Amino acid sequence: MSKTVDARGLSCPQPVLMTLDGIKSGNQSALLIIVDNEASRENVSRAVANQGWIVAGIEEEDGDYKIRAQKT
Amino acid sequence: MKNVFATRWGIIGVGAVIGVLAALLQFFGNPANMGVCVACFVRDITGSVGLHRAGVVQYMRPEIIGFVLGSLGAALVYKEFKPRGGSAPIARFVLGAFAMIGALVFLGCPWRAMLRLAGGDGNAILGLAGLAAGIWIGTLFLKNGYSLGRAKSFPRAAGWIFPAIMAGFLVLLLVNPATEGEGKSGVLFYATAGPGAMYAPLWVSLGIGLLIGFMAQRSRFCTMGAIRDLVLFKQVHLFSGALALIAFAFIANLMLGQFNPGFENQPVAHTSHAWNALGMVLAGLAFALAGGCPGRQLFLSGEGDGDAAIFVIGMVVGAAFSHNFGLASSPAGVGPHGIAAVIIGLIVCGCIGFTMKEYRR
Repeated sequence: MSKTVDARGLSCPQPVLMTLDGIKSGNQSALLIIVDNEASRENVSRAVANQGWIVAGIEEEDGDYKIRAQKT
Repeated sequence: MKNVFATRWGIIGVGAVIGVLAALLQFFGNPANMGVCVACFVRDITGSVGLHRAGVVQYMRPEIIGFVLGSLGAALVYKEFKPRGGSAPIARFVLGAFAMIGALVFLGCPWRAMLRLAGGDGNAILGLAGLAAGIWIGTLFLKNGYSLGRAKSFPRAAGWIFPAIMAGFLVLLLVNPATEGEGKSGVLFYATAGPGAMYAPLWVSLGIGLLIGFMAQRSRFCTMGAIRDLVLFKQVHLFSGALALIAFAFIANLMLGQFNPGFENQPVAHTSHAWNALGMVLAGLAFALAGGCPGRQLFLSGEGDGDAAIFVIGMVVGAAFSHNFGLASSPAGVGPHGIAAVIIGLIVCGCIGFTMKEYRR
């Protein structure tokens, strides 16, 4: 099951905190994180990798980035 | 397109270049251990337009103008210019003001704290320890759900306002150039003695400011984030950039004969250990609650972030109060009301940290 984290409009470090919350909540194997700026995209991707998860794909839509993170 | 500046070696390279350029700016005329100090230079700009009348710290610093316009240029080229705002602007204004007040009790922002260390000023150790403590307090609020709320996107023109103000300041500087020994040129005030009277040639300062603004926008260089991410996420990415800044400024200082180790008689510094540390506790907490060091706030302003611009304007007002009310320190020691201001600032930042929450964790 996949949970969505909507971090649009939030600035550093909140998108990362919300992503880590999602990862650490335990029962998720995939997360969809939506951010609206390039810096958050980089930070969230870095945090996902640091947790041993992988970024399965990033879609750009109207200036938003939808980051698909998966447990390995 | 891959952003090379955002890689590990990218951020280290940016930190190293900033460190070397800061040491060179000192060599070319900027005050000692103050190659680039964001707080000090915003304070000098505040004085140059007469919002405070401390005659030794008035100069329209081109580095600050360059930071904003360089970041604007990078944001436009890489399509990251996104006008936005509306995330508790009044809280950001107050945080900016108290960040400045705290920094001027120590006599420097995080940038200068690192440059002071790289120049041999032992007092910087107290400042950096205080900075880390303030940021650590900020991370506790963040873990507790602290948030200033979401920003919204703004009409495109709104993002141009702050860069336009900076461009206007550059025009003011060009039409009212410094005149040897004169305290005023046209509408601008100029220090005739003290750190405000020490500056590198205008085009050197502006060029280096533009370059740093461009690189920092690409790399997201942030001296507060460096410590925050280390404490909050055990992540060393931004921290490695800050370390590179210190290391390379230190090496450049050695080569340029600008390294003078000690605690006493350091340039534009005092030896009141407790207030060096506590001033930076306040500044660090305010930067952490606002999400960026003073440099990062300037770079974000260049990208069209109106909330960061409000923080910077808060810093301007904080600088004016600091010098008008005797809150700022001087080489002689802490100002007459500096201690009271730090205590009030810590209480106000604490209130902001406890009360501002958006999402529940």
